[in-house]
Amino acid sequence: MLQLILKRIAIAIPIILIVASLTFFLVRMAPGGPFDAEKVVPPQVMKNLNAVYNLDAPLIIQYRDYMFNLVQGDFGPSFRYPGRSVTEMIFTGLPVTFELAFYAILVAMIIGSLAGVIAAVKRNTFLDYVPMTIAMIGICMPTFLLGPLLVLYFGIYLEALPVSGWDSLPGDKILPSITLGAAYAAYIARLSRGGMLETLSQDYIRTARAKGLPEYQVIIKHALQGGLVPVVSFLGPAVAGLIGGSFVVETIFQIPGLGRFYVEAAFNRDYTMILGTTIFFSTLIIFFNLLSDIAVLLMNPRARSQT
Amino acid sequence: MNLESSLWSDAWRRLLANKAAVAGGMILLVLIFLAIFAPWIAPHSYSYQNLELGAQPPSSEFLLGTDTLGRDLFSRILYGARVSLLVGFVATSVALVIGVSWGIVAGYFGGRIDSVMMRIVDVLYGLPFIIFIILLMVIFGRNIWLLFGAIGAVEWLTMARIVRGQVLTIKTQEYVLAAQAMGVSNIQMFRKHIYPNILGPIAVYATLTIPQVMLLEAFLSFLGLGIQPPMSSWGTLIRYGVESMEEYSWLLIYPGLTFTITLFALNFFGDGLRDALDPKISSD
Repeated sequence: MLQLILKRIAIAIPIILIVASLTFFLVRMAPGGPFDAEKVVPPQVMKNLNAVYNLDAPLIIQYRDYMFNLVQGDFGPSFRYPGRSVTEMIFTGLPVTFELAFYAILVAMIIGSLAGVIAAVKRNTFLDYVPMTIAMIGICMPTFLLGPLLVLYFGIYLEALPVSGWDSLPGDKILPSITLGAAYAAYIARLSRGGMLETLSQDYIRTARAKGLPEYQVIIKHALQGGLVPVVSFLGPAVAGLIGGSFVVETIFQIPGLGRFYVEAAFNRDYTMILGTTIFFSTLIIFFNLLSDIAVLLMNPRARSQT
Repeated sequence: MNLESSLWSDAWRRLLANKAAVAGGMILLVLIFLAIFAPWIAPHSYSYQNLELGAQPPSSEFLLGTDTLGRDLFSRILYGARVSLLVGFVATSVALVIGVSWGIVAGYFGGRIDSVMMRIVDVLYGLPFIIFIILLMVIFGRNIWLLFGAIGAVEWLTMARIVRGQVLTIKTQEYVLAAQAMGVSNIQMFRKHIYPNILGPIAVYATLTIPQVMLLEAFLSFLGLGIQPPMSSWGTLIRYGVESMEEYSWLLIYPGLTFTITLFALNFFGDGLRDALDPKISSD
């Protein structure tokens, strides 16, 4: 078991390094230097600038230095905001984005698995059809449409909730969390319904029923563990989607998180910021995939023999 | 030969019996028709700006109103349909070509080739592609064909897995083993035995990839990193709708509605196609 987990970790580390290298060279392939375009700079100033940002060294040396700093957690300076380091910006934005993602997942887990489990237990009844139809809508409705519609209704029409900012007005976390979590609630509802249906038809559930356990105990003690495995294995890859979703949600609700920094960096062509955040996001995603793999190994004994 | 055609006619019959799928299919046909003939159907130019007619609510002259620059929203949605559907089809085709060839090679040759190729797919699965597409758009400029290619290039992984699984199953069937023993060439084998059998799953998965791809394009355009004005895609229309939704809510609601209905139609049609072609794996 431990060996399996170590093996997964051993695979993840070189992948992170490959991604980092790939991103580095991709960004260096970008046409033009980071200081082009704005105004013509005297050659001497240009030279100094290039020296400060280590751009005058041969590419391979730049690469070596960058990777060397990276391993120590230093993403280098921002091109666009002189005096600020990329690391500093990542750690300003990250707590906000984490909090947002945490609430979103919380919303999604609670609503989604509750709806899915109920739908599975009450299969082919009203309590199955209604949540599953809403889930279908949730999957088809993109975040960038749901968010503005919620703003329009709850913020502007009802004037019930604040529509921008984070931690500045009471209740300003509600709409962003729901917007980001909605699609996941829908997926989780479908996954947990499917997982529960499969588990409920297993022999050990019949045994549990046969020995006279009340139905709610059968579900809570026996069925849930097996039934929610698909949900857990979905959570890892969901992090990738959450990051993408945070770009949209933070833009709509003007939340000063890492997602918005990234989109802004993409607009401003702040290459070091893009490079740094891309590597950071990739590592995060690979890490969470690893976590969910391990969680599935722990929850589902059958998966252990397969790998 | 009869067997083959009856498989497809059975599937066709099952598809027609599925009301949601038929409705989805009809909506799609109408949309494709509107998109192709947009230049003749659109009552106004999609790019002509007339500030005096800025932000008019829907009327008989402007069916869905005008945007803040006085451009007819209905015409812009029609032209947006061209871009959005085009990205759906082109990017899905790119994904199809890569994914199907990858899956066939891995599944057919098996052994070491298979395990190396599938390992690569596993690794790529764990990567943050949304971020890479944004990176590509930033580095190489916001070129529409690059966008199509980039989206297609990241959507092929699942296709490769499905095709490989299918090929592996077919390969161990007795009639294929017999054909192999008789010395049928690889190309013949593919044409006669493998290709007809993987067509169904490919068609199903392709239909389900299109909405994903369209979502991705709209997502990028919404962030301002996709299609650039004056061209319009549904993602850019939603983006500008959001900017002015407080005063002119129709600018958000009509493009949003069109987009959601299209995604619905595609998903229902895809689900129906899956149930029709493979009753075994129908979603419970």
